[in-house]
Amino acid sequence: MGGINNRTILIAGIIMSLALIFIAKLFILQVYDTSYKFSAVSNTRREVTQYPSRGLVYDRNGKLLVSNQAVYDVMVVPRDIVPFDSIDFCQSLNISIEQLRERFVQMRKDIRSRKISTYKPSVFFKQLSAEQYGNFQEKLYKFKGFFVQGRTLRKYEYPTAAHVLGYVGEINEQQLKDDAYYTPGDYLGISGIEQTYEHELRGKKGVKYMLVDVHGREKGAFKEGRHDTAAIAGKNITLSLDIELQQYGEQLMQNKVGSIVAIEPASGEILSLISAPNYDPSLLIGRDRSKNFPVLLTDSLKPLLNRAVQSSYPPGSTFKTINALIGLQEGVLKPYTTHECFMGYFARGLSVGCHPHDSPLNLTQSIQHSCNAYYCYEFRNILDNPKYGSIQESFNAWKDYAVKFGFGYKLGADFHNESRGFIPNADWFDRVYRKSWNSLTVISLSIGQGEILTTPLQMANMAAMLANRGQYFTPHIIKNIEDKSLDDTFRKIHDTGIDVQHFAPIVNGMELAVWGGAGSTARIAQIPGISICGKTGTAQNPHGDDHSIFIAFAPKDDPQIAIAVYVENGGFGATWGAPIASLMVEKYLNDTIHPGRKWIEKRMLEGDLINAKQKIQ
Amino acid sequence: MPNRKYNRSIDWLTVGLYSLLVLFGWLNIYAANFNPENPIFFDTSHEYFKQLVWIGFSLLFVGMIVITDSKFYVEFSYIFYGITILLLVIVLLFGKEINGAKSWFEIGPIRFQPAELSKMATNLAIARALSRYGFTFSKTSNLLKAAFIVLLPMLLILLQNDTGSALVYSVFIIVFYREGLTGYVLTFGFIAAVVAVLTLIVPNATIIGIIVLAILLILYFKGARAALLKAVIIGGLVLAPSYALYRFVPLNIKAEYVLIPAIAGLSIHLLYTTLSKRFNKFVPTYLLILWSAILLTVSADYFFEDVLSDYQRTRINVLLGIEQDPLGAGYNVNQSKIAIGSGGLYGKGYLQGTQTKFNFVPEQSTDFIYCTVGEEWGFIGSTSVVLLFVFLLLRLLYLAEKQHSTFSRVYGYGVAAIFFFHFAINIGMTIGLAPVIGIPLPFFSYGGSSLWGFTLLLFIFLKLDMNRAELIR
Repeated sequence: MGGINNRTILIAGIIMSLALIFIAKLFILQVYDTSYKFSAVSNTRREVTQYPSRGLVYDRNGKLLVSNQAVYDVMVVPRDIVPFDSIDFCQSLNISIEQLRERFVQMRKDIRSRKISTYKPSVFFKQLSAEQYGNFQEKLYKFKGFFVQGRTLRKYEYPTAAHVLGYVGEINEQQLKDDAYYTPGDYLGISGIEQTYEHELRGKKGVKYMLVDVHGREKGAFKEGRHDTAAIAGKNITLSLDIELQQYGEQLMQNKVGSIVAIEPASGEILSLISAPNYDPSLLIGRDRSKNFPVLLTDSLKPLLNRAVQSSYPPGSTFKTINALIGLQEGVLKPYTTHECFMGYFARGLSVGCHPHDSPLNLTQSIQHSCNAYYCYEFRNILDNPKYGSIQESFNAWKDYAVKFGFGYKLGADFHNESRGFIPNADWFDRVYRKSWNSLTVISLSIGQGEILTTPLQMANMAAMLANRGQYFTPHIIKNIEDKSLDDTFRKIHDTGIDVQHFAPIVNGMELAVWGGAGSTARIAQIPGISICGKTGTAQNPHGDDHSIFIAFAPKDDPQIAIAVYVENGGFGATWGAPIASLMVEKYLNDTIHPGRKWIEKRMLEGDLINAKQKIQ
Repeated sequence: MPNRKYNRSIDWLTVGLYSLLVLFGWLNIYAANFNPENPIFFDTSHEYFKQLVWIGFSLLFVGMIVITDSKFYVEFSYIFYGITILLLVIVLLFGKEINGAKSWFEIGPIRFQPAELSKMATNLAIARALSRYGFTFSKTSNLLKAAFIVLLPMLLILLQNDTGSALVYSVFIIVFYREGLTGYVLTFGFIAAVVAVLTLIVPNATIIGIIVLAILLILYFKGARAALLKAVIIGGLVLAPSYALYRFVPLNIKAEYVLIPAIAGLSIHLLYTTLSKRFNKFVPTYLLILWSAILLTVSADYFFEDVLSDYQRTRINVLLGIEQDPLGAGYNVNQSKIAIGSGGLYGKGYLQGTQTKFNFVPEQSTDFIYCTVGEEWGFIGSTSVVLLFVFLLLRLLYLAEKQHSTFSRVYGYGVAAIFFFHFAINIGMTIGLAPVIGIPLPFFSYGGSSLWGFTLLLFIFLKLDMNRAELIR
């Protein structure tokens, strides 16, 4: 071997030339080009995040619901702190010396656990008021390492619609990981439309680089602001909510537990969405939030729960309309079909009670009087239809209808926490009854009791579907987003697949339930001059008194509003549900309550189901 | 003792360089973990303590290597290779996924990456194969065998989704080149790389035009002038109608395809004249190069768009300056450049760095450890590290050339080549000259597997070198 050959020289040459290239590049980076140095010299250049203002929220009539208010955070760069006059510091911020000490202990803890950096600004004291800011800003030059950064908080113009609007809060660690846009300390929408439309409302953060001297005083823009980016304000949004109707509904529901959902049938727009008890959204702004949130969270009446979309109840007798439509479509029920009823339905050791009314009844009358027996016959005719080979098959056919009406699954409204309700299928009953069940076993479904559960939103959607005679739009609370078109899913018509002629007897029955003679279930809902159609429901409830339910739409031939009302433990549908629903409809359509109905309004406003119950206990 | 005179002492110069690199590396891992607000000088839960343990084990391994007979490595090279291949298969099936690569074994508190070991084993196997009596790259079967030994672990590591470690194996081409593989392979590889990079920056039609002109110029100076004139005229005649077609008929085809018929006409004419008149025999070779380059140009786009994954594409685009993305794919490199650049000529001083702490630079004690060097030790320190590596590499080449046995020489070249690749890519990546491929800087980066892998690799060669007089094969 011995001598070094050409190839070895070439390989050695490659190694050496690469080393030369590296050294040249290192020379450029470290010695020649100074632009890389500015980024590291953080004590002469400060990065100030420019927070955009969050988008405004309006109601359907252009009334401002949510706006922003300015607050100021005291920021700190721990490394830059030098000893300072802590009494002066506390006085200008109007805090006690103990609070300050506590803050410093917390800061050291955060530094040790690497939550915050000593080189980068982090929040030291949150949300100064304008006066505090003024006092502090004057003396800022004395406190090296501190500076003030402005940001905005939400401001609610009405103490209403808390569940719809949701709230804004500080980001948590999981959310930080999920979305790189956010940095610790950022605020984002946590529930309601603040959450659903977070991306539209939040805008885009900007950044401003300031030159600061050794005392931390700002000396103007860094490099004439060439590296700055402006914050882009969030988009304004308009809700379909009618804030006056919403306020009125919340008044009607005061001292009650339950929910009201009103929808414009022609568009699926939600006019009001009330969950009672409710709270003032301003309670959850800024620093007050940490104080008020636990109180609301631990309240036994669960005011934070949005019952309109999260709670599921049995639909009760309102569901008779659905069973009637299924029967008509399946051909097992005709408008002229009559059944007899003598205080109930009796079969093989099973009985379903009913209240006194004329007998026999046809379909329209059965709705008008809400006859239980009629629907027991009718429901059994659906399930025992010889067209289907087994109960499983016929039951699943029934279930498929129910799903097409919007039950059993999330409707896809713009609330992240929507519940899906519950519609059992044949498999489910096979498991529960070990495959031994028949139409009688599940007879309570005929009158909207038993296993099925629906949310108030689904019920309002059902009312809208009845108003539209078989079609509905996905309910939604958004009406308009600035510079952006609405989601197509909100413009798509959902068809239930029920022929339109089948609706006449049902709707007539609903009209008669309000306007019919003695024995009609909802005569209290009569609004002079408005052809309102409605159906009561009384949902049995294992935990206490029955829930009072009412669904309605009006006017009959050109429906403007469809509504569902749930009053928990309110008893009969006609006791609370029907009056409240009719008042809402009257308010929306006429804007005033007829003098002859003022007594109903008074009774509803004064009605107290919460405190009365507590007295009994 | 017999054979005493044949045994040389270990090459202390290399051992010295190794010790310097490991020590300096550890100091920097300590610095990258150092928290100035909470200056605990020693904490057993930190990376620097663990690295100290790994270094201790490395010394143990070095001792074991030195007392083992070097014939052992020669005889057992294929067995080592077989075992690591088996490990690579097992890790693919049962391994633990860390950072998207399924390349780790986890046994209790110990994690271990077989890919680090397989470099050593593959190197041994290559040395064994190439040192076989009568081995020559001109025999296809030999070439295929050598290629197989390299490609098998490479493929398995690619399947683990550890692209960086897999790419290391491509560096064996340098070893092959030293051992007689035709220089065309190296040249062609270089041209291919240049053309592939160009296709991403310059329109394809331009590149093809440049290639054609270059080839025509070469042919002109090589003396094929008579045939060339006619060929160019033919090419022009074909080009005119195809260009007119492209220009005036709305066909949805790419501009480069317009050139191809013309180049085809030109090539056919040249081929015909040179073959029929039996002179200018070099012409077909150049035509082959021309058409390979065209094929590469057209296919590079396809490869880039359809074969590479999104993040790889972005990384390459950022590197080439096509995309600006300082907070996304370019973030690491940008932060790394800021850290190194902020070091200046003399650096900020040991433990005085600000950028390589608090996670401004990601992976600051593993893949980006060089940033700490750049920031705290400045131009002086970072250049010293480059020079240390260059000395080590040249020393390895020098020692390799001194070997009497082919096995030892090939193995030595392999060691140098692997170190070279890691050195080139890792430092290149931190200063923005190479794409971000996560491979460690030998002896510097934190991690037991890589430190042990590199130590074994190096000291087996030093052991072979100690017995250089004994091994004659």
